[in-house]
Amino acid sequence: MTDSNKVREILLAIGEKIQQQKDYLTELDQPIGDSDHGINLARGFEAVKQKAPSMEGQDIGTILKNAGMILVSTVGGASGPLYGSALMKAGIAMAGKTEMGPEDFLHMMEVAIEAVKQRGKAIEGEATMLDAMSPSLRAMKTAYEEGKDISAMLAEGVRASWAGAEHTKDLVATKGRASYVGERGLGHQDPGATSYSYMLEVVAEVIG
Amino acid sequence: MVGIVIVSHSRHLAEGVAEMAAMMAQDAPLAIAGGLEDGSLGTSFDKISAAIESVYSDDGVLVLMDLGSAVMTTEMVLETMPERKVEMVDCPLVEGAVIAAIHAAAGAGFEAVKDNLEKVAFTKKF
Repeated sequence: MTDSNKVREILLAIGEKIQQQKDYLTELDQPIGDSDHGINLARGFEAVKQKAPSMEGQDIGTILKNAGMILVSTVGGASGPLYGSALMKAGIAMAGKTEMGPEDFLHMMEVAIEAVKQRGKAIEGEATMLDAMSPSLRAMKTAYEEGKDISAMLAEGVRASWAGAEHTKDLVATKGRASYVGERGLGHQDPGATSYSYMLEVVAEVIG
Repeated sequence: MVGIVIVSHSRHLAEGVAEMAAMMAQDAPLAIAGGLEDGSLGTSFDKISAAIESVYSDDGVLVLMDLGSAVMTTEMVLETMPERKVEMVDCPLVEGAVIAAIHAAAGAGFEAVKDNLEKVAFTKKF
């Protein structure tokens, strides 16, 4: 499915995508948050890009763990500890490996999403990134069990992720800054669910 | 003396809280981690680590935070120092900082300062 080089390539491509969507992500964050989601993530992935040359030749676990640590120390907002914890736990799941199959991938995603739940003390249905993460993982698992190939599996995941992000418009946030806005947040799409959907889209583009 | 660290998204807010706490108890070992390295709003893993180190002693350090990522980032810093006697306290930032500074400066131990801070969380202003 993928190897160390591709994982590095995906991280760099995510950085490009976030850079392109920076203003849109920040705009989504404006009515319900502190208007910094795009700026923060762009700063974090720029720092990952700076360190990318040193990741050459490393195994997947080390690359993910290092990228996670970079996000934690550079993002500055909640998405730093959240995506950072996800990548660091994903790194532990992939420790020592230089190749990743679909089963590794699904297991890694499960561990990463669990890390977000723990760090954010959140569950699905609270209008957070988890509302994109959890349905996309379920969709990918189902696709894999039905015997679909990797690109079809990822395509299902991306579709479910965007549907989940869209669904956050109908949810009242009970976690994060958006919870202070309460019902006035209805109708607004969660920035974290959106950035996650872009990230998974990049994974599908590079691998699929 | 128990060390106190104030974590805030804003450098100005952290400085202001520290200023108020110092007014009540000048001798309390108090450090701040406010904003990002470039001065913008946010919470910095490195600043929090450095602030804890700067007031650390065997008496321990209690960390008070504002909101959101301040809590999550501090949690991650603490996970990197499991051997250290450092804990986060869930209490209002201004009242907490003042109470913590008074008790720490008076020589109260780690648990005693923490108990007083936990009471602050339930104290009404009027």
